[in-house]
Amino acid sequence: MSLWEYANPVKFIRTTDKLLPWLWIAAVACLVIGLVWGFFLTPDDYRQGSTVKIIYLHVPSALMAINAWMMMLVASLIWIVRRHHVSALAARAAAPVGAVMTLIALATGAFWGQPMWGTWWAWDPRLTSFLILFLFYLGYMALWEAIENDDTAADLTSILCLVGSVFAVLSRYAVNFWNQGLHQGATLSLDAEENISDVFWYPLLVCIAGFVLLFIALVFLRTQTEIRARRTRALLAREGQA
Amino acid sequence: MKALLYRDLILSVRAGGGFGLGLAFFLIVTVLVPFGVGPQTELLARIAPGILWIGALLACLLSLDRILALDWEDGSLDLLATAPLPVESIVTVKALAHWITTGLPLVLAAPVLGVLLSLPLPAYQWVLISLAVGTPALSVIGTFGASLTVGLKRGGLLMSLLVLPLYVPTLIFGAEVARRGAEGLTVQTPLLLLAGISFGVIALLPFASAAVLRINLR
Amino acid sequence: MNLTVRDLAVTRGGIAILEGVSFDLSPREALVLRGPNGIGKTTLLRSVAGLQPAEAGTVTGAEDRIAHAGHSDGLKAMLSVTENLRFWASVFGTSDIEPALAAFDLLELRDRMAGTLSAGQKRRLGLARLMVTGRPIWVLDEPTVSLDAASVALFAEAVRAHLARGGSALMATHIDLGLAEARVLDLTPFKAGPRARAMDEAFL
Repeated sequence: MSLWEYANPVKFIRTTDKLLPWLWIAAVACLVIGLVWGFFLTPDDYRQGSTVKIIYLHVPSALMAINAWMMMLVASLIWIVRRHHVSALAARAAAPVGAVMTLIALATGAFWGQPMWGTWWAWDPRLTSFLILFLFYLGYMALWEAIENDDTAADLTSILCLVGSVFAVLSRYAVNFWNQGLHQGATLSLDAEENISDVFWYPLLVCIAGFVLLFIALVFLRTQTEIRARRTRALLAREGQA
Repeated sequence: MKALLYRDLILSVRAGGGFGLGLAFFLIVTVLVPFGVGPQTELLARIAPGILWIGALLACLLSLDRILALDWEDGSLDLLATAPLPVESIVTVKALAHWITTGLPLVLAAPVLGVLLSLPLPAYQWVLISLAVGTPALSVIGTFGASLTVGLKRGGLLMSLLVLPLYVPTLIFGAEVARRGAEGLTVQTPLLLLAGISFGVIALLPFASAAVLRINLR
Repeated sequence: MNLTVRDLAVTRGGIAILEGVSFDLSPREALVLRGPNGIGKTTLLRSVAGLQPAEAGTVTGAEDRIAHAGHSDGLKAMLSVTENLRFWASVFGTSDIEPALAAFDLLELRDRMAGTLSAGQKRRLGLARLMVTGRPIWVLDEPTVSLDAASVALFAEAVRAHLARGGSALMATHIDLGLAEARVLDLTPFKAGPRARAMDEAFL
């Protein structure tokens, strides 16, 4: 019994169909528990007041924004090396989810930053990197949409994902460098994990778990949709109608 | 390979526009900026290095879709693919031809346009050097974008969307060299990083460009 | 060395169009592919030339031996006739373009820009390109499009000379070139039944 068995589209749909209800339940449960716990059952921060509580949306979405790209990178590599269709379609399915996560991270960051720093947006290295990441997502999705042949699109987007990953890392370092050049060291640090106390940490962990489960459920669902669309086209081709 | 380079250079001079278009665009961008931000000399002097870099980058972008699209339309690319010439060297020669016809003129024109933006005196050499080191990277990255979108009708806009994020590191380090040079600071670190990016993409990216071009040709 | 095609299957736009195509082409031989529009002649020729991967089957003896002339001529309007030919000659590592100019009656047009040629003259230049490649196997897709009767005769003569030099030709054409020695292969029996490509069958 090999892991690659799930690369068969039919097998993938059958397995995920069984898993999806449980995933949805677990994701919603984690999110509700984590958010209620975080929003209502933790004390206000002595410095930041209740605004700190947006951390329960901000940190998980930011984590998933990066992890979604990582997942796409791995899926693209699998497609290039082993040419499993499910892998390519899963990468395609993850992109919009990752893009939305990036937007959520940027938006919640803006809402957090406004009362804390007095500005919606600053060209802080992290903020800038996320904006660039969002542009990468946009380009990746646009390329998928633009190409008619499914296999060609999968090949091209996979290579774009690989090259884009290298440039995303380069951009991250470049942006760090650029901003230090402007500001003599970072003045706006977001390293929340370093000074956060357990009271905030546990509900945050639950929220992160919720976002991970939500991401997996969404990617499964969207991959199923892509597979079924592909299956429809294959059936039409067999009947000579396409 | 020499024949391909020679042909591309001749074509860009003869075909009317390919050669001078990027330069003219660069000039227009540089002229438009003072209209946008106002004619104060100090302000222009401060932003001049960045404007010159942005202008060069946009002028470069403008001519990217000519790299491969023309050869694709008239069938030359198919014929080249069956020729005893590795695709890697085709894309490298294409990028080189693009740099000679677009990047190099931009580098040489930048100091002249610097006068219009009252670029500070010490900045001239660094603008020149940073563009000379950075524009080859722009051409090579652009060739990758052109290879990705070569088969698409109206792929120009999509290519801009794909290429511009890839230009970020080059732009940051290049403009940083020019800006530090203008302020009389040391430029060694960003210049080395810029050179690193240029050499890195010249050495590695043609393989990715060739891979996507092969996929698009089949 | 023969060009050998065995059980070739090709697809266009994700749909199988031809399957089980097999033939041999030895030196001094010409093979003409026939079949109605859409049967897959162009696709088959592109697969043989290595421009697109076949769905199944093998092509042997084609590596670096094929000169392919498709629907477009690959000419640059802003280069002269000789410059166009010289370019392709040097890409393929040859240098003598005079025989090609003579064979396709292009000597008088040699300094004209390719963009100012008529459609038929452009086609002749595109075919002259085959001669400067020095490749033994010509793969021709509708080579006589926009050629007049005299030019068709020139072309048939060039093909005959190529065969006499030990070359071979594989072409898709509807016009009778007067090449009595050419074999004809009708592709109609190889038409693939309606089905998706093998790669898509995992989805069914």
